[in-house]
Amino acid sequence: MTQILEINGLTKRFGEKTALRNVSLSLAKGKVLGLIGENGAGKTTIIKHILGSYIPQEGSVRVFGLDPVKDPAGVLGNVGYLAEEDGLPGWMRVYELQRYFQGFYQNWDQAYAEDLREKFKIDRKAIIKQLSKGQRARVGLMAALAYRPELLLLDEPSSGLDPIVRREILTSIVRAVANENRTVLFSSHLLSEIELVADQVAMIREGEILFCDTLDNVKQSNRRITLRFNAVRTSAPEIGEALNWEGYGQEWSCLYSGNTATLEASVSLLDAKVVEESWLTLDEIFHARSAPKVEHA
Amino acid sequence: MAQWETTESAVTRIRLNQKDGAPLYLQLMNQLKYLMASGRLQPGEELPPIRVLAERLVVNPSTIARAYRELEIERLVEKRSTHGTFVSDVGSPLAEIEQRRILIDRVDALLVEAKQFRVSTPGVIELIQERDAVLTEGNLVK
Repeated sequence: MTQILEINGLTKRFGEKTALRNVSLSLAKGKVLGLIGENGAGKTTIIKHILGSYIPQEGSVRVFGLDPVKDPAGVLGNVGYLAEEDGLPGWMRVYELQRYFQGFYQNWDQAYAEDLREKFKIDRKAIIKQLSKGQRARVGLMAALAYRPELLLLDEPSSGLDPIVRREILTSIVRAVANENRTVLFSSHLLSEIELVADQVAMIREGEILFCDTLDNVKQSNRRITLRFNAVRTSAPEIGEALNWEGYGQEWSCLYSGNTATLEASVSLLDAKVVEESWLTLDEIFHARSAPKVEHA
Repeated sequence: MAQWETTESAVTRIRLNQKDGAPLYLQLMNQLKYLMASGRLQPGEELPPIRVLAERLVVNPSTIARAYRELEIERLVEKRSTHGTFVSDVGSPLAEIEQRRILIDRVDALLVEAKQFRVSTPGVIELIQERDAVLTEGNLVK
């Protein structure tokens, strides 16, 4: 499978602060990677490295096999970027922006741009800075999609937008992947959106990748299991592959990442049985995993 | 116009629930099974193409592909030629299991309510037979 993006051991410090620590990520063609993490965790810093705006202090970044710092034209000509704060020239009219991009990108597809503009119901003569935030996001999306980039980078694209625009953005992602086999990396604090459209999820905390796996595996390895013990317990049991214990008395629950048969075997030794097994939403997984580590007794 | 583009297709009523943590492909599988078991998706009926359903539900196409693949393994649907996924003709035993599961859910709910109303199980059975007679008669009149 062709790797569109490969980041290896990327580290970045801003003065005393380590923004990224030994970050490795890879993304194959046609896949959607959701980048999740709290504000300031390092999501935007990763994206800026992909765009070649930052030079890696340690490690490497390769986009289409190219170094974005050394070969900005080769990379940026094929990357569509939509940021939380739009960087559009506010004084331009929409049609002027289209012409400007047309001159800039060889692959600019004006028919497609017009198609998107009409679908988004944007007046071609509108001055960009006079548009609402939602409309500006649509213009940004049009600009990011219309040259049919190989890789789409969306940095918190839904931030502060109403549900209709958010849905349009998600639909555009699905369409780009389903119809054109594009590759997408997007960061969002709206984990329900990531859960809808991502194949893979990378969770970043304080500059480190906590996990990076397929969404299916992430879900599979973060199930909530509730055990009922025959006797009252005063402390959480110790079971391999189980974490985040909570409970009291005879019922205890945990996040479990192993397979159910193994669990049942170890549970019967503890004179307990599994009374409940449930799936967690990505949001719940995120909160469980980003909670400060509990000291073990 | 293909049938999934009209509002008549049962598939358009599928809603994925994000509050439920169950993987989306599993939710989709279960809802498709339910539609098949309840007869709203008939044997031989074509399921929407992966892209169409992905776009409609706003989910990653691989989610739809996975659900179709799992249903194919369970022989509830079949791929014909290179494109198109169809509800299987063969009366699958799994459909029966699914139908049974639907009925069990309803029966359980009924029994819980009957317990609360202090109606005995033979009382419930009697009531079922009574209603069956009424419905059968109603159909005859019609």
